[in-house]
Amino acid sequence: MQQMILQNTANQSDFVCFRIGEQDYCIEIDVVREIRGWTPATVLPYAPRHVTGVINLRGAVVAVVDLAARLGLGRTDPTPRHVVIIVALGSQTVGLLADVVSEIMRIDEAAMKPVPDVASDGTSGFITNVITLEDGRMLRRLDLGTVLPGKDSEAA
Amino acid sequence: MADIDTLRPAFFEECEDLLARMAEGLARIPEAAGRQDLDPVHDVFRAVHSIKGGAGAFGLASLVNFAHAFETVLDLMRAGSLPADGAAMHTLLRASDVLSDMVAAARDGQDDPAQMAALLLELDLLADGGPGDTVEPDFGFQPVKLDLLAFDLPEPDAQPDGAGFAVTLIPTAGLYATGHEPLSLLRALADLGAAEVTADLSGVAPLAALDLARPGLCWRTRITTPEAEDQIAAIFDFVGDLADVTITRLAHADEAPESTPPVPQLTLVPAPKPEPRTARPSAEAAPHAAPATIRVNLDRVDRLINQIGELVIMEAMLSQAISSAGLRDDSDITGSLEGIKQLAANIQESVMSIRAQPLKSVFQRMERITREAADATGKQVRLVTAGEMTEVDKTVIERLVDPLTHMIRNSVDHGIEATGNRLAAGKPAEGVITLSAAHRSGRVIIEVVDDGAGINRSRVREIAEERGLIAPGAQLSPAEIDNLLFMPGFSSKEEVSALSGRGVGLDVVRREIQSLGGRVSIQSSPGLGTSFTIALPLTLAVLEGMLIGVGRETMVLPISSIIETLGLGNLQIHRLGRSGRVIANRGEMIPIIDLAECFGFEAGQDDERGVLILVECDSGRRAALAADRIFDQRQVVIKSLEDNYGAVPGISAATILGDGRIALIVDPEELVERAAKEAPSLSLAANG
Repeated sequence: MQQMILQNTANQSDFVCFRIGEQDYCIEIDVVREIRGWTPATVLPYAPRHVTGVINLRGAVVAVVDLAARLGLGRTDPTPRHVVIIVALGSQTVGLLADVVSEIMRIDEAAMKPVPDVASDGTSGFITNVITLEDGRMLRRLDLGTVLPGKDSEAA
Repeated sequence: MADIDTLRPAFFEECEDLLARMAEGLARIPEAAGRQDLDPVHDVFRAVHSIKGGAGAFGLASLVNFAHAFETVLDLMRAGSLPADGAAMHTLLRASDVLSDMVAAARDGQDDPAQMAALLLELDLLADGGPGDTVEPDFGFQPVKLDLLAFDLPEPDAQPDGAGFAVTLIPTAGLYATGHEPLSLLRALADLGAAEVTADLSGVAPLAALDLARPGLCWRTRITTPEAEDQIAAIFDFVGDLADVTITRLAHADEAPESTPPVPQLTLVPAPKPEPRTARPSAEAAPHAAPATIRVNLDRVDRLINQIGELVIMEAMLSQAISSAGLRDDSDITGSLEGIKQLAANIQESVMSIRAQPLKSVFQRMERITREAADATGKQVRLVTAGEMTEVDKTVIERLVDPLTHMIRNSVDHGIEATGNRLAAGKPAEGVITLSAAHRSGRVIIEVVDDGAGINRSRVREIAEERGLIAPGAQLSPAEIDNLLFMPGFSSKEEVSALSGRGVGLDVVRREIQSLGGRVSIQSSPGLGTSFTIALPLTLAVLEGMLIGVGRETMVLPISSIIETLGLGNLQIHRLGRSGRVIANRGEMIPIIDLAECFGFEAGQDDERGVLILVECDSGRRAALAADRIFDQRQVVIKSLEDNYGAVPGISAATILGDGRIALIVDPEELVERAAKEAPSLSLAANG
């Protein structure tokens, strides 16, 4: 009985999990529009270091954010084996460059733990929660609002 | 009422059309009056009347009230009892301005404009004083009873000369579909006199066979009224095509009952009454034969335009694939591809033309701006327009209103001299501003020309020095002095005038026009006047560009700003200072801007290879952009960078190339201006 209630609560949602370097991250599935392989991007002048460039998404110009660079893990040298996760937040569409998409997972709201206070190198500002998985891995939930380049551009 | 609410946008959209028609008619009245031609008056009357009718349906009482007073004056004018002289026209024009404002206020749910009450009074005065004692007897046969809203209508039976009419109203499905309410029509009818309304339901099909497209309702009214037949017809004026209305005059009021047909037993489509009259007032000539149009949601058109853009890109990708497959030029595939290319180009052009609209609407608004500006400055100014049928993309039109308004005000305020000065200079007291538009080599050229005193260059120079815009004693050509007017922070009028003031100058105009991909230039001759020329692209969706290689990237440079291209091979490049480089071209020293360096791309080759592309920006400043190579010249579809990313300095937009990759479109204007700011001494030397 209690089990059923748990399953039916709205406190569970699906997350897309992906890997950047050796770390696992996840974002809510409802912002993800599609996942595609890496294609060469056009370099944007004056762009912040973490903006790899812009790609053509069926006629729309979409900026690609190098998550590794954004999170302070060093710039990615993209290859066709890398993935671009296309997300839509508000009216903005952006591609997120990651190493690989691992799985789609249903996570209970209760499993979301606050980010521990660790002397951080800039990463923790982009994470809202951490989730410990049964196999011992730790998932980091990305805060898209702070990761995305922002309309008025952080151009230098 | 939910359905009434959904009809509101349609009403206001229609009002736009009607207001435009009104403005157009008003402009024609003085000239037509000379020929005893009252057509324009009728046009204006019809437009105002339709606005009144619609406003009534939406319960916009003040709008109805004002339109009614307006209409009253127009009615006197069309009856010939009020001459279309200067004073009357002045009031009418200002009344039309107020009416436009009121419609806008009603649409946005705001309060009525402040001038409304004053104008209402003026209209009333005109209506009362207009006919004059001497004139009235001559027009005694005309219906001078004008105040339809007065409630104290005489009792019909106390009116021995009240005539009887039988009015049959058979609405079509269209009448209901457009939101008209037969009840309001019948009420309006009943307001004219004693009316007896009978609904004839015999035409209504049984529920099982009911066809909504064929409403069978019919109303028969017997009415005794002192008003003329025209007044009855006028009620049905704005449902003219949507209902079958017959008005039959009965010989005598007391005979009315006899001539009323028995109520039941009517066929679905009744036979025409004897001497049927259409609801259209008889005096009116046929309306202008306008081509049939439909209203389409702009989103749909934009979607279509986007898809055509995709098609053009796909076509480019296909032709690239085919050419890299190494097929011979005369193969079938190449031939068919050529056909597709042609078709895609044609489709693109047709779709673009859907968005294209004549500049007329903007030009009409400028007449009002001129009028208000002239009133405010106490000058006599006339606006002459030409080429208002020139078509431009809708977005361009909307964004032209502000800059043009500013330019017109500027011309009235600063361009045209005060009347006394004009007379002293031997010019007619009335200043003329000419606003014209024309297509010229794939661009739209709009000119604002005044016949004023021209730019006072020594004064402009003084001000610029005062404000520190130029170094004292700098060498400037007359054209360069004129261009100072476009500098931010320049305002030549000593006291800030309420008119072109507001703390914005012509620099805002220039920026607006530039954001539309256009250019503004200025010419002035002392004593003869000043002319501003705006050159705009026909559309914001495609751009004629030159594909260039910069480092490892491909970029697009708008053809419109390119003057010439130079091979680097045998040019002498001079070094100036630590990093500055200039070249001599036709006796002018032109600074070089290295695009790869400027955008921070990995540098391509050294100076000895590559090309220089000479560009000129609005201020007349020139620069040579260094690139690695030129690929091609072609039309590119403009894609916004700002939707998903944000503005990038020196880049105006992006496009998609044949291989599906994105190329950035360079904004030479910004590059050159920025380079000039970074090296002011260099740019002055180059301009000197």
